[in-house]
Amino acid sequence: MNCNGTHYRAVVIGASAGGLAAVEKVLSQLKASFCLPILLVQHISPHTQSYLATHFEDKCALTVKEADDKEPIKRGYFYIAPPNYHLLVEYDGCVALSIDPPVNFSRPSIDVLFESAADYFGKELIGIVLTGANSDGALGLKKIKEHGGLTVVQTIETSEAQAMPAAAIQTGCVDHILSLEVIGDFLNEICEC
Amino acid sequence: MFEENKTANEYLEIQLLLEAIYRKYGYDFREYSVAHTRRRLEYRRAREGMTNYSSMQHKVIHEPAFFEQLLLDLSINVTEMFRDPWFYQKVRELVFPHLQTYPFVKVWHAGCSAGQEVYSMAIMLEEALMRERTQLYATDFNEAILEKAKNGIYPMDVVRQYTTNYQAANGATSLSDYYTADYDSVIIKSQLKEKILFSPHNLATDGVFGEMHLIFCRNVLIYFNRELQNRVFNLFYESLVPGGFLCLGSKESLRFSDVASKFELVSEREKIYRKKREG
Ligand SMILES: C[S@@+](CC[C@H](N)C(=O)[O-])C[C@H]1O[C@@H](n2cnc3c(N)ncnc32)[C@H](O)[C@@H]1O
Repeated sequence: MNCNGTHYRAVVIGASAGGLAAVEKVLSQLKASFCLPILLVQHISPHTQSYLATHFEDKCALTVKEADDKEPIKRGYFYIAPPNYHLLVEYDGCVALSIDPPVNFSRPSIDVLFESAADYFGKELIGIVLTGANSDGALGLKKIKEHGGLTVVQTIETSEAQAMPAAAIQTGCVDHILSLEVIGDFLNEICEC
Repeated sequence: MFEENKTANEYLEIQLLLEAIYRKYGYDFREYSVAHTRRRLEYRRAREGMTNYSSMQHKVIHEPAFFEQLLLDLSINVTEMFRDPWFYQKVRELVFPHLQTYPFVKVWHAGCSAGQEVYSMAIMLEEALMRERTQLYATDFNEAILEKAKNGIYPMDVVRQYTTNYQAANGATSLSDYYTADYDSVIIKSQLKEKILFSPHNLATDGVFGEMHLIFCRNVLIYFNRELQNRVFNLFYESLVPGGFLCLGSKESLRFSDVASKFELVSEREKIYRKKREG
């Protein structure tokens, strides 16, 4: 699964209010050769039919899909948590879904994804918290940092909703606070394919 | 290397803890999804103020009460009446016409949790005038939750959601026809309970449940790894009559199992399958 140019093996992204536009912005900047798998938790109403994958499909070079239970995480893929399910990384490098109770009032929860991804990828993981109006993702980002991974948060000024990036920054575990415009390019530089 | 060792060691400790639970109490979590199991154990570890899983192992061996607690932690009982209303609609539309052709129908709800799913089915059978000739079996490996299922008492605030679901599933009357309301809870009417047999059954370790026309196993297999899922699919195959139906949760699939070719897909989104007739 490794990209030759980097020791990172995956990117996890958490987004809430204002997230659709923010995620789209990041994805649209990724170069065609970007190959690290990306896993996304975007908070979304539990009762919607999943439309996120369709929404992002033609907006990035990665292959976009809603995550299926127990499917292997592959490079070049962008996996999205289905509405009303938590998305986790399993110990064998597959994704796992669960209907455990909501965490931070959210299912899917960003913390659940980030924490399980940190367990599996350790220091080879990049965690990104984008715009949002709650504090989901802060604990997860802290854990990614504790395992030696790289942590990124969108600047408050460029966030449509500020509570989530603010809570993440508050943990004191953030390596880079970046404006939305440069996050895609930042990732491009890391993945040197 | 330190981090990797730490993760590997922790994984080993979890495996040993699950082994201890299995050897001492017979409950087999060794083939559950590790990410999920780890999360539940981590929650308990933090609450108990313990520093590692090995000390949990010691405690679980010596204190049966602690095992009971872990059992509750590890069995996620999240459920609803008419969860995924569109699923229930499809069952009525595509499965019921076949059930109508049998003189007597047997339905198995495997992993029934606190009963909401089997009561939903009992209501649909009632409304299709099939109650008299149906026997429902509702099983779960968690006996505490089975007790709740038998009682059929649910808090009022969740019943509002159930009512919305029932309507979205095109229920024929009003959900309140099927329960008696108390001040802050409701109790399911006994006529619905008459045709349901509740009993313990562990999908990981127990055997075939014979001659079923319809099996519901929703949002249970998602917690198992591929090997265990596969064994359970075989168990369901053996437990169904030819032409019997299997209903899974919306994120579960027969696709990768080795009985996949022995079932036909009836409805993709609703995950309804039908056992092929031999030959
Ligand atoms: C998330 S609930 C699903 C309840 C219901 N089927 C639904 O979809 O709403 C999962 C249930 O599976 C039960 N379960 C977990 N492992 C089991 C096993 N090995 N054998 C039988 N039941 C099991 C749990 O106790 C829990 O009640």
